[in-house]
Amino acid sequence: MNLKVNGEVRNLGEIDPLTPLLWALRDELGLVGAKFGCGISQCGACTVLVDGQAVKSCSYPVSAVGEGQVTTIEGLANGDGELNAVQQAWVDLDVAQCGYCQAGQIMAAEALLRTNSNPGDDDIDQAMASNLCRCGTYIRIREAVKMAAAVRHTAEAADAAE
Amino acid sequence: MSTLNYADIGDVVPTVTGERTVAGEGASDLRIGKLDRRQFLKLTGLVGGGLMLSFTTPRALANAAALRPNGYIKIDATGIVLYAKNPEIGQGVKTSLPMIVAEELDAAWGDVEVVQSTIDQNLYGVQFAGGSMSIPMNWDALRRSGAAARAMLVEAAAKRWGVEAASLSTQDSYVIHAGSGRKLKYTELAGEAAAVPVPDPQSLTLKKRDQFRLLGQRITGVDNRALVRGDPLFGIDQTLPGMQYAVYQKCPAIGGKVKSANLDEIKGMPGVSDAFVLDGNGNAMELLPGVAIIAANTWSALQAKRALKVEWDESDASKDSWSHAKAEAERLRSESGPPVVNTGDVDAAFASGAKQASGFYTYHFVSHATLEPQNCTAWFKDGALELWAPTQTPGQGIGSAAKVVGISPSKVTLHQLRCGGGFGRRLYNDFTTEAAAIAKRAGVPIKLQWTREDDMAYDLYRAGGFHQMDGSVDENGKITGWRDRFITFTNDGRRPVSGGGLSPGVFPAGLVDSVRVEQTALPWKNRCAAWRAPGSNVFGFVVQGFLDELAHLAGRDPLEVLLEVLGEPRQMGGRRGMHTGRAAGVVKLAAKEAGWGRELPDGHGLGIAFYYSHAGHIAEVAEVSVDDQKQVKVHKVTVAADVGPIVNLSGAENQMQGSVVDGLSTMTGLSVTFEDGRVEQSNFDQYPMLRMPSTPEVAVHFVDSDYPPTGLGEPALPPLAPAVCNAIFAACGHRIRTLPISEEGFSLA
Ligand code: FES
Ligand code: FES
Repeated sequence: MNLKVNGEVRNLGEIDPLTPLLWALRDELGLVGAKFGCGISQCGACTVLVDGQAVKSCSYPVSAVGEGQVTTIEGLANGDGELNAVQQAWVDLDVAQCGYCQAGQIMAAEALLRTNSNPGDDDIDQAMASNLCRCGTYIRIREAVKMAAAVRHTAEAADAAE
Repeated sequence: MSTLNYADIGDVVPTVTGERTVAGEGASDLRIGKLDRRQFLKLTGLVGGGLMLSFTTPRALANAAALRPNGYIKIDATGIVLYAKNPEIGQGVKTSLPMIVAEELDAAWGDVEVVQSTIDQNLYGVQFAGGSMSIPMNWDALRRSGAAARAMLVEAAAKRWGVEAASLSTQDSYVIHAGSGRKLKYTELAGEAAAVPVPDPQSLTLKKRDQFRLLGQRITGVDNRALVRGDPLFGIDQTLPGMQYAVYQKCPAIGGKVKSANLDEIKGMPGVSDAFVLDGNGNAMELLPGVAIIAANTWSALQAKRALKVEWDESDASKDSWSHAKAEAERLRSESGPPVVNTGDVDAAFASGAKQASGFYTYHFVSHATLEPQNCTAWFKDGALELWAPTQTPGQGIGSAAKVVGISPSKVTLHQLRCGGGFGRRLYNDFTTEAAAIAKRAGVPIKLQWTREDDMAYDLYRAGGFHQMDGSVDENGKITGWRDRFITFTNDGRRPVSGGGLSPGVFPAGLVDSVRVEQTALPWKNRCAAWRAPGSNVFGFVVQGFLDELAHLAGRDPLEVLLEVLGEPRQMGGRRGMHTGRAAGVVKLAAKEAGWGRELPDGHGLGIAFYYSHAGHIAEVAEVSVDDQKQVKVHKVTVAADVGPIVNLSGAENQMQGSVVDGLSTMTGLSVTFEDGRVEQSNFDQYPMLRMPSTPEVAVHFVDSDYPPTGLGEPALPPLAPAVCNAIFAACGHRIRTLPISEEGFSLA
């Protein structure tokens, strides 16, 4: 089976098609950014994007991806390793405590910002409600989502002006 | 094998007073061959004489051109490396401990690379993450480490330039000669500095607080860039060539042994390479009996675990039952128990008091629920064991692993990895011990992963408890008598479980004339242990809630009563005891910042609580509103903390915010219940942690103080629940006496 991940086609060999995407990424492809927290779609630690939509990869059979494009946290930075606006906001605001949930949080935020470039508090709360943070960093996550949105706006405005 | 042995519970962790060190370190003969012990200058740390930190001569550690005056610093031509000695569990020590070194070293933070140190008792003393002790135990030693290296660099520059060392200064990784305008980067001086004798640490002059350039700043965590890229930082992220994936099934009722299992069927499943029974070693903290399955990947292992059928011998297994414990506590609450505190005469105080109040407080067991389930990667090869472990007590992990594998601790290497949450769970190394035992049998590198269901079923829980509270006030509304009849649990039949014992210093001992605190323990088989701010996290709820009850009984302002009870500024107990003046200071600050006494919207209430734990004085005020469906909206929590100088402002504030969220999450809807020895909750769908929409605004205020600093992983948690419960009472007149509050029909909006 082949899987399109972060812009590359990766071969998964004879993988059991029911294998959750999470374990295909972690065990077979060495992409361990997406995390295992619960295995039942409750915590969001395993969140990745399939065609831009946030999915819980622990409960998403790898075969269901089909021709879809998977984006993991490893695929957010550009080729030079430059962080994207969401990642950078997370660093600038020192969001993480243990950090275990944060890959999932960042992917959920990325999905939100792709559909809503200027989310308000309620939008953010709703979009992020399926991601647990055991350490309780929600206050900073909220701020970081807003910061990333603002940075993207500025960048887009600069692009448009050119 | 007879019943489980719990003897090591409580010995595993150094007590918060620091007088004990980790039991079974087993690392004392590690690496001694390379270093002559007489070359160590022993440096006594801050706490109780318990900490010995070793400085070595440069000769011991130097390679050609590197300055390595001690285990924390390596400077060579390529850069400055600072070593972080303790496990990072989200409390921020991988950033804050090296910041302390960098401050006295006068290194520019941007020049510093931080590396997790090896586990080496000779170089680092005890290495662990617990009791909010990393900062207070290492503060002095780390400052002296940085200052020692700085002095050596200055000396080297003085030699090179032929000037007096006293004429030189340092800043941003440079030695500077103001007289001539010359300056040299530390990296250029490292080789020469390595030849300078290491100064006596006690001879060094440390900075005054107003000279700090780095400490007190907001510094982003050193792993943050790697974290947001998804780099393999955590225990669970480790992979080794040829590694197999292991799972381990234990008896649902703890203490059960394997009678038989369908091993042949399991071994025939796709991807499964082996399945076998481990008998356990009789120590509940190390290795419980179970069935191990080894597979080519996690998915195969999980499916095989699902298909596994085990017949358990439960003759010695847990029969723990929450409902029975509760019924027993209901009976015991009216019987006198052995006193832990008995000052004045409570019976006389009650008899002569103008008014009396009583209440029966209950709190449930809870789980640590670290978001990263327990896991460990292990490789047993040629009689030696290597572990890649997300543990809070690496030294103890080495000792236990060596024991079950049957080798000397010197043959065990433990790689300390970032932990996806700790909260006390990873002070106990049952998961690393399991991995060691499985790896020995497997003969290949294995990664043992617990499922969430394993994690919830085999936690070392925060024990539940019951308190029959009685109190009296006189005609002036002053509290005259206080009795706390505590019913707790014991694992070993000798002492309360860790975090389940009241100490003689418990609030309000020494503050109210007549205080009697009694303690009775019910036997319990499921393992209980330290959970973030052990003891304090529940006692705060009880004593600060009941204090509020007495204030209302007297018809007085709870703030006024709290300050009256704290009384004149004085030091209570030992050096690490509460100071009532600092306590009153944060109480007043929190009240002021929260606008205590102001006009509130209808249905709103303010509640205040103070608790002293882990050397931190912290007061919190909650503003809540409650609707007629008992839905509680927490609008804002104001935190005031006096914890000594702040090391990393960003990290410190993050810990305070996180403690508020954790406290609120836990008090609102979290409980673990037991029947027939089994845990009734299995995953997050039955353990509803707080999510973003319920997160309140949190305002944090630090008191600028010169007291010795303390860690912030824990002390902000205990005041949260009583502040919110007192606010609920102020808002709607309902007194919460049970945690979680969902048991009384309340929920969070
Ligand atoms: S691991 Fe997928 S939602 Fe928790
Ligand atoms: S930072 Fe620890 S779980 Fe979110």
